[in-house]
Amino acid sequence: MESIRKKAKELLDSKQVQVIIGYENGTSNKVRAAFITDPTQVDRLIYDERCTQNLAVYLVKHEVKHLGKMGIVATIPVMRTINMLISEEQVKPENVVVLGIGEDGKLLDFPDLTVMESFLQKAKIEITAKDKEAMEKLKKMTTQEKFDYWSNALETCFKCYACRSSCPLCYCTRCAVECNQPQWIPVQANKNGNYEWHMLRAMHLAGRCVSCGDCGRACPLDIPVHLLTMHMAEESKRLFGVDSGFSMKMESVLSNYKLDDKDNFIQ
Amino acid sequence: MSEFEPKIVAFVCNWCTYAGADLTGTSRIKYAANVKIIRFPCTGRIDFMLLMKAFQNGADGIIVSGCHPNDCHYSSGNFHAKRRWMVFRELLDYMGVDIERITFSWVSAAEGARWAEIVNTTTDKLRKLGPYTNYQNLVKSGIEEEL
Repeated sequence: MESIRKKAKELLDSKQVQVIIGYENGTSNKVRAAFITDPTQVDRLIYDERCTQNLAVYLVKHEVKHLGKMGIVATIPVMRTINMLISEEQVKPENVVVLGIGEDGKLLDFPDLTVMESFLQKAKIEITAKDKEAMEKLKKMTTQEKFDYWSNALETCFKCYACRSSCPLCYCTRCAVECNQPQWIPVQANKNGNYEWHMLRAMHLAGRCVSCGDCGRACPLDIPVHLLTMHMAEESKRLFGVDSGFSMKMESVLSNYKLDDKDNFIQ
Repeated sequence: MSEFEPKIVAFVCNWCTYAGADLTGTSRIKYAANVKIIRFPCTGRIDFMLLMKAFQNGADGIIVSGCHPNDCHYSSGNFHAKRRWMVFRELLDYMGVDIERITFSWVSAAEGARWAEIVNTTTDKLRKLGPYTNYQNLVKSGIEEEL
């Protein structure tokens, strides 16, 4: 924690960055995102096990971007997201300074982003045991059971779109759900509308999701929506060998193709 | 009781399968009348949500067909489509949509007989599977809630 503050102060003092995006104490024992522009304010920054939000979501926000160069407190999923945002040309690498945090919670020294890339190559990255178990259980179900599971699980969704807002890779200024010519998915928050909205979201994140699980955590109704995108991440790794977020030049799964893609399902 | 007749929507590309289906007609080959053909400029144009729209509007099965690999009028449209279907099929399966009901095929402009065969086998398969009540109920539950 002290090392993060020290580094943040150093960066702000030397004007290497204009804003530090980190975590601070919020109300009722919760943490929230902090945007520090003043070097005297760095003591607000904290880091502990409650800090799970993927802060990279703010890197693409205009309100933050216009402040200038950004320093960001980044855990491993956030680092992967930064790589994705750079490869999708949403963030300029020269505009980001990463205050990396390793698995042990210690500050990592990244003089530039290529060091972060090589750190990620070596880091041990796994989704939580709970998510893994839930996904395994789902895969073993029959088609009917899966359909029942998802249509019931998604029934309570009232389309607050917190999953979309929390996702750093859902950065479209005009989302497909807001397009009404054509109306891609039913607008109502009913079983059918919810089912198709989550299908659309998962598909749009296919091969891009870095499995940070923030959508599931953001859901006010605790619907495990992150299992959908995590499954897509798993599949794109299995089918195309694309594990998103490990380099600043990721191959986009759906806008590329290989001549030897398997097509045994096509008659 | 009359036999169940499935409703099938076929999303086909303009350059190969649509012309192929045309050939089926001009060759006077008879095939199941259950299929409604929708012509697209290319398979690469077919958004995955269009498939869901078909199910939403009461289709029991879907055929998606385009040019054979390396035959695409726009050279790479069908390769892009193939990737999309590879990924989308996995998602559909994971979410419990019956992927048996979606037939993917490549039919060239010269394969009129093959088009008839694909439509007939798909229709037979869907007759056995029956109406897609799962999805139709999902849609209905939404409408009833509104009323």
